[in-house]
Amino acid sequence: MSTLQIIACVKQVPASTEVKLNKETNTLIREGVEAIINPFDTYAIEEAVRLKQQHGGKVTALSMGIPSVAELLKQTVALGVDEAVLLSDRRFAGADSLATAWALAGGVRQTGAFDLVICGKQATDGDTAQVGPSLAEKLGIPHTTYVRSIEHVDEKLIRCIRLTDDGQETIEMTLPALITVVKDINVPRLPSIRGIRQAQSAPVKLLTADDVNADEKRIGLKGSPTQVVKTFIPAQTTESELFTGTPTEQAKQLVAKLVARRLVQEGEADGRD
Amino acid sequence: MAGISIAREKCTGCEQCVNACPFGQISIVDDIAMIAEGCTLCGACVEECGAQAIVLQRASVEAVDLAANQGIWVFAEQMDGQVRQVAFELLGEARRLATTLMVPVSAALLGFGCESAAQQLIACGADRVYVLDDPSLAHFNDETHVDVLAQLIEQHKPEIVLIGATTFGRSLAPRVASRLDTGLTADCTLLSIDRETGNLLQTRPAFGGNLMATIVCPNHRPQMATVRPRVMKALAPDPMRAGEIIHPAISVTPPRSTHVLAVDKSLGDSVNLTDAEIIVAAGKGIGSQANMALVHELAHVLCGIVGATRAVVDAGWTSYDHQIGQTGKTVAPKLYIACGISGAVQHLAGISSAEVIVAINKDPDAPIFQSAHYGIVGSVEQVLPALIAELRGITAKKTSIDSR
Repeated sequence: MSTLQIIACVKQVPASTEVKLNKETNTLIREGVEAIINPFDTYAIEEAVRLKQQHGGKVTALSMGIPSVAELLKQTVALGVDEAVLLSDRRFAGADSLATAWALAGGVRQTGAFDLVICGKQATDGDTAQVGPSLAEKLGIPHTTYVRSIEHVDEKLIRCIRLTDDGQETIEMTLPALITVVKDINVPRLPSIRGIRQAQSAPVKLLTADDVNADEKRIGLKGSPTQVVKTFIPAQTTESELFTGTPTEQAKQLVAKLVARRLVQEGEADGRD
Repeated sequence: MAGISIAREKCTGCEQCVNACPFGQISIVDDIAMIAEGCTLCGACVEECGAQAIVLQRASVEAVDLAANQGIWVFAEQMDGQVRQVAFELLGEARRLATTLMVPVSAALLGFGCESAAQQLIACGADRVYVLDDPSLAHFNDETHVDVLAQLIEQHKPEIVLIGATTFGRSLAPRVASRLDTGLTADCTLLSIDRETGNLLQTRPAFGGNLMATIVCPNHRPQMATVRPRVMKALAPDPMRAGEIIHPAISVTPPRSTHVLAVDKSLGDSVNLTDAEIIVAAGKGIGSQANMALVHELAHVLCGIVGATRAVVDAGWTSYDHQIGQTGKTVAPKLYIACGISGAVQHLAGISSAEVIVAINKDPDAPIFQSAHYGIVGSVEQVLPALIAELRGITAKKTSIDSR
């Protein structure tokens, strides 16, 4: 049986529940922005650890971020990750998805030979879902997004099921390959007490731009083709109208509004078969 | 060297930037703004600063010959020869942008036996359709589609490439952009042209729709964007419109590393929430799994599709395919009926593009009512049957008129 060298990519994101809007001042309310592992990446880590348990091998968690991300990476060790690697350098800052992919590719190559890279389908702060496919391109390996289950892995190939807009597909790729995973793929384990204790002293390998021989023109703000020129709070134009009365009266008022707005048409066919 | 700094002599300590920072990285220390190391250099604070005390230095970029790229392209995603609606929507938007830029609009159609769709694309706004007709392109394959589209773009050099933010589009676009080493903006909801520079202004929601960001790609071509389905407006097809069908000289090679073994479209219409016009969604507040039947019935009467919150999926009341929100699907229906949904920010993130939101919840303080256009405070068990009966009544009324 072959063993697998797996890399799980991890991003630190703000805990999304902290992002709320102050309706009066139209600003984001941030009460002590707690940093967490991107929820989708927890499925990536879990899947990597499960594959290692089935096939043997090694799981490396790889992230790019500020030095304090090292503390988050230690948590992954408690979940079964063997090695944690953090790309951290001011020169990486301000990266868009292309520059991020470039930097991560350098990090992946640093870890040596690998069979599989697993990413969460997207990060909850940016929601772009671009870094996975972009990273696969920089590594020159095939990729499949939105993977809901892995059917088979051996030394040569991976067969997985990916979600599509119409259903699902079975995809086979030669290894090494990259997949991005959806929440459906597993239920992440909780760390054991022993794991948490061990993780506290786990080493995190820090890599600078020089360590991964990064071309300064390709990383960070300099390597980012896209620039944010403006951010603004979307206008809240929603005027709520509440209907009162008995359920039937409420329903009548609502349906009248929906008909008036042509959302429901009189005589519309009753359902599809 | 690129970087951000505070001009200490200008800073008034007004805290505007503290509120503006989407990442919570600015604080006021000794009446002067301090930027922490978590700064992503997004620039949100720069224009917010009334004292112009924040300086964002972007790296100087070598001059690129931007004029070599011209025209707007739309990737015409198709399935079994049928072009997806989002492609027509993108053509409509491309035409609008093209009137400012005064350039032609083209569609890239990759498939097998899909030639007839080219006329439809012309009718809906394409001046040129680049058709690649090959058995290897019959079904979407990341490897072959990326190869072919990247080659096409390199050959014909459009200045803008628009791709639908479908499952396939969100997989294809970043890989093509990465191959071409150009910028890509995901899930745009608004596009326009900066009249001064001619750059594409790409606006997208961030932080679950709580913040909008406008993004440009000033020094690289093409400027690429994915656009959510149902956001842009398609033109009414004009069969008299003239256009050119082009068969580019590109060799399509069968895939080597990625093979699609099986395609299951059986879930198809029942869970295609992305394209759905009407969605009836269930939250934990519906009370029990048994009440899912009411949600399904209402969806049936409205010819809609059933959605659900994460809590409902986690409880096993329905499958993950139905999940809407940050960890599920992003939807943009004309009508969204939220049944027993409290309105957590993670769920609202997935429905921010819905045209009309109706909230039915027994808790009058549920946050969903803040986002809803119409609200009914009441239990799902009572309101839904009344609503179903009312809608059925309307259908019957019309039918009886017809039968006269």
